[in-house]
Amino acid sequence: MLQDKDRIFTNLYGLHSPDLEAAKKRGAWHLTKEMLDLGPDWLCDQIKASGLRGRGGAGFPTGLKWTFMPKEVRDRPHYLVVNADESEPGTCKDREIMRHDPHLLIEGCMVASRAMRAHKCYVYIRGEYIAERHALEKAVKEAYEARLIGQNNLNGWDFDLYVHHGAGAYICGEETALLESLEGKKGQPRLKPPFPANAGLYGCPTTVNNVESIAVVPTILRRGAQWFAGFGRPNNSGTKLFCISGHVNKPCNVEEEMSITFRELIETHCGGIRGGWDNLKAVIPGGSSVPMVPAEQIMDAYMDFDTLRDLKSGLGTAAIIVMDKQTDLIKAIARLAYFYKHESCGQCTPCREGTGWMWRVMERMVRGEATHDEIDTLLDVTKQVEGHTICALGDAAAWPIQGLIRHFRHEIEERINRYRQPRALVQGAVIAAE
Amino acid sequence: MALRRFDLEAGGDSFAFKSETEEKIAFWRGKYPADKQRSAVIPLLWLAQKDNNGWLSEPAMREVANRLEMPYIRVYEVATFYTMFRLQPVGKFHVQLCGTTPCQLRGAESLKDVCTKEIGKAMYVTDDKRLSWEEVECLGACVNAPMVQINDDFFEDLTPESLSAILGRLRHGADVTPGPQIDRVNSAPEGGTTVLTDASLFDGSRTKVSALPNLPKPPEPTPEATGRPDAQGPTNVHREEPAKVNDKVEPVKADDARASTFDDLKRINGVGPKYEQMLNDMGVTQYAHIAAWSQEKVDEVEKLLGFNDRIDREKWVAQARLLADGKFDEHDRDYGRGKN
Repeated sequence: MLQDKDRIFTNLYGLHSPDLEAAKKRGAWHLTKEMLDLGPDWLCDQIKASGLRGRGGAGFPTGLKWTFMPKEVRDRPHYLVVNADESEPGTCKDREIMRHDPHLLIEGCMVASRAMRAHKCYVYIRGEYIAERHALEKAVKEAYEARLIGQNNLNGWDFDLYVHHGAGAYICGEETALLESLEGKKGQPRLKPPFPANAGLYGCPTTVNNVESIAVVPTILRRGAQWFAGFGRPNNSGTKLFCISGHVNKPCNVEEEMSITFRELIETHCGGIRGGWDNLKAVIPGGSSVPMVPAEQIMDAYMDFDTLRDLKSGLGTAAIIVMDKQTDLIKAIARLAYFYKHESCGQCTPCREGTGWMWRVMERMVRGEATHDEIDTLLDVTKQVEGHTICALGDAAAWPIQGLIRHFRHEIEERINRYRQPRALVQGAVIAAE
Repeated sequence: MALRRFDLEAGGDSFAFKSETEEKIAFWRGKYPADKQRSAVIPLLWLAQKDNNGWLSEPAMREVANRLEMPYIRVYEVATFYTMFRLQPVGKFHVQLCGTTPCQLRGAESLKDVCTKEIGKAMYVTDDKRLSWEEVECLGACVNAPMVQINDDFFEDLTPESLSAILGRLRHGADVTPGPQIDRVNSAPEGGTTVLTDASLFDGSRTKVSALPNLPKPPEPTPEATGRPDAQGPTNVHREEPAKVNDKVEPVKADDARASTFDDLKRINGVGPKYEQMLNDMGVTQYAHIAAWSQEKVDEVEKLLGFNDRIDREKWVAQARLLADGKFDEHDRDYGRGKN
């Protein structure tokens, strides 16, 4: 278990004040000027050395991402855009940072902006987080008033931070859709290349980072890259906010080290599985977009990028959705299929049509009103959607269904049999077993 | 994707922002460059919705378009794309019930029944115009499931009984308290947290450190650097030791007679002046050094240079072997520029 002294988000639960004074006492805004003075190369090198991988789901090394920005600012200004459009079902970690530890985020924005030679930063927060937006705006105001940020500030790097909000579109969590939305358009993802580092917000070089990736940066620099790299297994370093929801006794958010085992995480912080460990059926370990993992594989697995990738799933946002044996898995995945149908932006045909089709078939499978060969047809359609769209929403819609069929095909088949059996008797006909 | 149409009748012919909203409009418009005012469309539509009793009428969209000098259709597009813009009238308290899987697993369906029973079908406005509800997708409070958002506030950890009580109070104009409706603080575990109890986190001890670790080495090393604290080592030791990312590749030993000679590493297809410099900095100066790399070494160097499989793909080691043996012609034939 991670010790308290190694926690980055010390006000995760809002037990203390989020205000500037209290945040400073907890260590925020300490030695910031010194960090900024060391310049972009040092900052990028340190973050690279810490092994920090993006916390928004894809796990791309953050320090490396920063180095993709042009080395000199020419006629187009550089922008940092922080992705606070936290909409992945299961995920609710950035919310806690913004309402309870906003100064860590603001400071992180400033340091990251220095590393990519940006003077302006937009934080794109999802529209539903109204209280969180007000909390963040308040903290930004405090920082301006204390002259920690702004023009001619005490830290010596001109820096403006603006909070922007969305209006309820999951797709705006995709970085180019987010930029479109920030430009005042429909949130439909852009084709890449050009990548945002070349042509992002308003056509200028832009880097989009997740809230958590940015908010951990100042603490990493203050305590040293080795400190951060010391947690977790190689290539999966650091501490991470886990959001544990579903059928555990006490769902909660908690900061833990990477590569903690699933069992230890649940036992230490969530009071165990509802009905005991024998009652665990399956776990979605990284937010709704990753395939589920059955109980026997996940119980003692390390919670990190590589282990979960080997289990044909992913760490994603570390939003762990636990499902016990009383769960109707088919229904749970059908609901996710509806989610993706609802949130598809409608730009690419495979996703626009495929998500609706997959949902309708899933709804029939919940009732068992299907045939056995439709399972293969469904699997085939998921493969046709996956990888054939501009953004990853098509993949995200396909993977939960693939995960279900991979591990629990027998349940779908049983349900189809159950549905067909009484009908056969009523009609007095015999349906051949398939 | 959701198909959404406007209610053209209920909106009347005109809309005007409330006078106190003007300040907020100016605040939002101030955030974007003067020639990119279109960025403010979502915040302005949101303000318009607030001023129009919680839903967005067509005249309100036109007002926003006029202010931002946008074509109407561009604003309609935005208003119909984003689901928080409601295109038909709603009650004074509009309940958005999260029905996505994490909430569903913890009983959102029974909350739906409560709403249907107490209010009516989705998007129906009660006769007293106070309540309406709809099912929405994940609202991002999954560890506090099941939950609803009523206007601006989240009500979390609900049961059918507590939701019913909240709806009853709203119907009668009584106050309600947002947040978790059971014994817990925000997203901490129910019944209190066992972490973040160390008082030293909050008493200012964290600000005692006087300098940053890992400062760059000064150009001329002084015998004793001043004020540089020891880097805080990992405090957690019970897992596998992580790879030392900072490690430099072992420099070439000084007694190696050949170490003083520098080969032109740029001859290796894939190595440019910059990588040559970086390799030299690691002590790799000759073809023979690269030719002797093992697979582990290759992986290590790739990590240091920030490559992904490039050394293998470009066959640096094989190239270096030829060059080290002096077979320059053969190298140029097989690996000359443009061959890879």
